[in-house]
Amino acid sequence: MKKRKFRRIRTRRLNRSLGGDIFNLVIITIFGIFMVLPLIYAIMQAFKPLDEIYMFPPRFYVVNPTLDNFTDLFLLMAQSWVPFTRYIFNTLFITAVGTLGHVVIASMAAFVLEKHKFPGSKAFFTMVVISLMFSAAVTAIPNYLTMAKLGFLDTYLSLVVPAFGYSLGLFLMKQFMVTIPDSLLESARMDGAGEFRTFWRIAMPCVKPGWLTLIIFCFQSLWGQTGSTFIYSEELKTLPYALNQILLGGFARAGAGAAAILLIMIVPIVLFMATESSVIQTMATSGIKE
Amino acid sequence: MATVIEKVKPAYKSRLVDRMTGLGRDIVKHRVSYAFLAPYALIFITFTVIPVIISIYLSFTYYNILEPPKFQGLQNYIKLFLGDDIFLVAVKNTFVLAAITGPIGYLASLMFAWFINELPPKVRAFLILIFYAPSISGNVYMIWTVMFSGDSYGYMNSTLMKLGIIYEPIQWLTDPKYMLTVIMIVVLWMSLGTGFLAFVAGLQGIDRSQYEAGIVDGIKNRWQELWYITLPNMKPMLMFGAVMSITSSFAISDVTIALAGMPSVDYAAHTVVNHLIDYGSTRFEMGYASAIATVLFITMIGCNKIVQNLLRKVGR
Repeated sequence: MKKRKFRRIRTRRLNRSLGGDIFNLVIITIFGIFMVLPLIYAIMQAFKPLDEIYMFPPRFYVVNPTLDNFTDLFLLMAQSWVPFTRYIFNTLFITAVGTLGHVVIASMAAFVLEKHKFPGSKAFFTMVVISLMFSAAVTAIPNYLTMAKLGFLDTYLSLVVPAFGYSLGLFLMKQFMVTIPDSLLESARMDGAGEFRTFWRIAMPCVKPGWLTLIIFCFQSLWGQTGSTFIYSEELKTLPYALNQILLGGFARAGAGAAAILLIMIVPIVLFMATESSVIQTMATSGIKE
Repeated sequence: MATVIEKVKPAYKSRLVDRMTGLGRDIVKHRVSYAFLAPYALIFITFTVIPVIISIYLSFTYYNILEPPKFQGLQNYIKLFLGDDIFLVAVKNTFVLAAITGPIGYLASLMFAWFINELPPKVRAFLILIFYAPSISGNVYMIWTVMFSGDSYGYMNSTLMKLGIIYEPIQWLTDPKYMLTVIMIVVLWMSLGTGFLAFVAGLQGIDRSQYEAGIVDGIKNRWQELWYITLPNMKPMLMFGAVMSITSSFAISDVTIALAGMPSVDYAAHTVVNHLIDYGSTRFEMGYASAIATVLFITMIGCNKIVQNLLRKVGR
């Protein structure tokens, strides 16, 4: 590019007017409050004693915060038939293996679909995108039959293996692979890197924001899995399943229920915070350059 | 094998054989590509393609899970459009919901991602978290049932009554007049999801030097910069976001069940996916449910085509 000689100009504030900046801030503040209020409410509920939960007229904030709801929740957990740590382990295991497998397998496929031209590559990708639009509610029955044939029923495999083949990850990764310059891959091959090395060492670092985003999506959907369709053994059931049972406990358990909602909500948010900072760090220092 | 035929080149070789050997040669030539694709393709075909094909086939049958499916041609589709009034109500609701929450959610995702991207990194990280949190945190939307609860315990009612705007509590979730609006608010609250995050990541991947080049080329304000540099650079993410918002806005169902119940009063919040779940999981009429899914599928593909064509015009 010819215009490179102007590189040293500070860019951040170019093309920006003060009025526009203020407008941005106002809009973001208003909508930010709208977004965050229900979440703050969820947190408040978890710390309210029972008489405040059922107070009239309802009050948004908590006056006498208490940890009773959490102790109740843990007491209920301790009474459960299967040790509660087992549910936690199941969910963590399914989430970790499913996410890792999906990110690697989908990225490999996305890499060749975008960067190699071969017969059938376009058609395959179209099929993946279109498949996103079919209701999962009806494919559940044929899926159940397939799982039965493969012997996946009532094992971790029934949740983990289908996760490897989610359409979302391939679609997302392919869209990010578009931004990798071909010349970069070409020079790696010239230097004698095999195709897998080129993929793993050159392409993947370039699309780091892509797969970090994918980890978040994948974690989120697996974390919420109740697995009730394919798994019947109590000792293989997941955490959301167990917490939902507590939520169904009715009025007396409203406190423990609120604590359970907070627990389910907080873990993906914490993971998101951890991943997010590294996305922003990598991107602040380097864009993809030719 | 392929190379042997290639060498001999018999004169009588038919077109088909030519094609087949060509295909064989292609597979050998691109074996690395196919090897990369294979693990994904295998799982994807087993757990997505085959079930979809089976479902489409089932839509032409009567199938109640207990007995084997009986083929009955277009019967399900005829019943769907001519004999099922509730389906037509569901179609109307789904279109209203999709037409409003889809585009607004998509544009809001883009707008907030872009606004937030202007801010310093620390603030940016915090705001991304706030805007994205509602869609990541599982079924927290249950909270909204308390906000819009129909008695004076509900926050919306008690606030409005305190301010003297209304004197009687409004039945937000059971009065057909308000149901859809409330659901739209909740859906929009959760709409900064997958697309939003992809936009944030896409915006951060744009090479800064392009903006400098843009100034030299005479770009004067942030709107021109957005249209001529930013958006064309993140076209892949725009396409991704569009597909995501189409699939999610046509498939709204969990929120309506949680807020308005199933079935909702007068079917005022009944969506196509609600209808499908009703037939598939409650009445076990899988053939009919599959027909509903197929109709929805075709609608979404058509919608996607239109949106992708619109997106091609970005930056021109």
